[in-house]
Amino acid sequence: MRWLRANLFSNWPNTIATLVIVWLAWKLLVPFFDWALVEAIWVASDTQTCRAAKGTGACWALIHEKHRFMLFGTYPFELQWRPLLVILILLALYVTSALRSCWRPWLAVAWMVGLAAIGILMWGGVLGLRYVENERWGGLALTLLLATFGIALAFPLAILLALGRRSELPVLRALCVLYIELIRGVPLISLLFMASVMLPLFLPEGMSIDKLLRAQIAMTLFAAAYLAEVVRGGLQAVPRGQLEAAQALGLPYWRTTWLVVLPQALRISIPPLVNTFIGFFKDTSLVLIIGLFDLLTTVKVSIGEPQWVGFGVEAYIFVSVVYFVFCYAMSRYSQNLELELARGAARGGVR
Amino acid sequence: MIELTGVNKWFGEFQALKNIDLSVARGEKIVVCGPSGSGKSTMIRLINRLEAHQSGRIVVDGIELTDDLQAIEKIRAEVGMVFQSFNLFPHLTVLENLTLAPVWVHHTPRQEARELAMQLLVRVRIPEQAAKYPGQLSGGQQQRVAIARALAMRPKVMLFDEPTSALDPEMIKEVLEVMIELAQEGMTMLVVTHEMGFARTVADRIVFMDQGEIVESGTPRDFFAAPKTDRARLFLSQILGH
Repeated sequence: MRWLRANLFSNWPNTIATLVIVWLAWKLLVPFFDWALVEAIWVASDTQTCRAAKGTGACWALIHEKHRFMLFGTYPFELQWRPLLVILILLALYVTSALRSCWRPWLAVAWMVGLAAIGILMWGGVLGLRYVENERWGGLALTLLLATFGIALAFPLAILLALGRRSELPVLRALCVLYIELIRGVPLISLLFMASVMLPLFLPEGMSIDKLLRAQIAMTLFAAAYLAEVVRGGLQAVPRGQLEAAQALGLPYWRTTWLVVLPQALRISIPPLVNTFIGFFKDTSLVLIIGLFDLLTTVKVSIGEPQWVGFGVEAYIFVSVVYFVFCYAMSRYSQNLELELARGAARGGVR
Repeated sequence: MIELTGVNKWFGEFQALKNIDLSVARGEKIVVCGPSGSGKSTMIRLINRLEAHQSGRIVVDGIELTDDLQAIEKIRAEVGMVFQSFNLFPHLTVLENLTLAPVWVHHTPRQEARELAMQLLVRVRIPEQAAKYPGQLSGGQQQRVAIARALAMRPKVMLFDEPTSALDPEMIKEVLEVMIELAQEGMTMLVVTHEMGFARTVADRIVFMDQGEIVESGTPRDFFAAPKTDRARLFLSQILGH
């Protein structure tokens, strides 16, 4: 009660604002929950029930009906346990990588084994698994694969670019600046277009790289340019004395960078790094313009079917929730990591 | 051990060092003093090439300092340095600060490096802090760790760049004690400091610098009792006057 009075009803304007907000929330949220939960239709054999309830209750039956397509795209229906397994493997890898106690050499091995397993499961063609060409990959599995490989490949490239941009060698520095500025100055969409339309023109006849790979390359190059600037910011925040102390001990450039400068620079850059990761995760949805079936595209296609036309709200709420879960997890994790790394360094500055 | 001949150093238009000649014998302890901006720090930073000189010769333990990276790294591994602002690695524990360079530069086995590190921490009287991070230590403790970190490379020479200037008065003593012990053990030392008491106790020679030049050098007794130049007299009256 005291808290209420102090914070919400301390004076007249405050009281009015509180009442207005409560009234608005009541007017907006109650009907929404009514629609989304109370009156909602969860399972339906056909769309008639849903159409009848349209406007009063949500049609979650759409998700129930279409979730396999949304999650796995056009992957052969009876083989969809394979992308499901891939998603689970990826989730397991994310979780173990997030635990600091698992930051051991075996984690790298786990990733290699995991990625090999993912390749085998998605493509098949060995171990008695039927071959599935990657034009048929789609849905959440494709989104996660694009994001994971994009970040995993872009991050090391970004570190090299950031170091190159701070290098004392003029040619190397100029090249890195050129790359970063060029890629950053172009929208991702145009890069994807270039990768899918223009790249094949430059390749020798008879040679082709498939669409998915081209999109992956374009996205990786794009993410690397952004991440490079984030890493460079971190590098600049490491005091010069750190570099000098390492040099004075006789540590060569790469050892100094790897053991002294980068650990501190990356720690400083955690918030903007995660910011970029989250942005990149959502940017993977842009591959729809070159005809790849990522999560957002499969959802869009689902509601394009005549019998489900008109249930876009439910579909987009669903896809938003999926994206939100992943992005919020990343965000929470980065906050925890920051706290954990700051521990044991109670005093003074960035430690 | 260290030989500087006709060394000049410019920062842009500004000449920081003018025609420096200095020779340091093995086991010799030299205190460098002078007003701020006189080039003291720059001079000792040339010796492990944290700064590059533009003309003259610098030879350390028979190796001449040029642009040759391998020679530079070899010299750096033999020359320990202690900074005014400690510059400990904040992301590593005290023990890891001490073992980092021996493991990665000398390829000392980890276990051996840890044992040496613990011995050094006993020597600088803070073995109980081994598992802490630098940010949890006081300034005096941090600087003693920094000395131990330099010693962990078993250097032949130790350079000190105003090691006590960033410390509160009550912590200066604990750092100077460690440095005096080190001097008594016969380490070759080149110390930039304003601690004249330390200079009197330890130095074989005092080098007085002003405006990028070595103005005079001599034994502490001669220097303090009868400075030869007006500039040295003025400097001494300023720092000993109160």
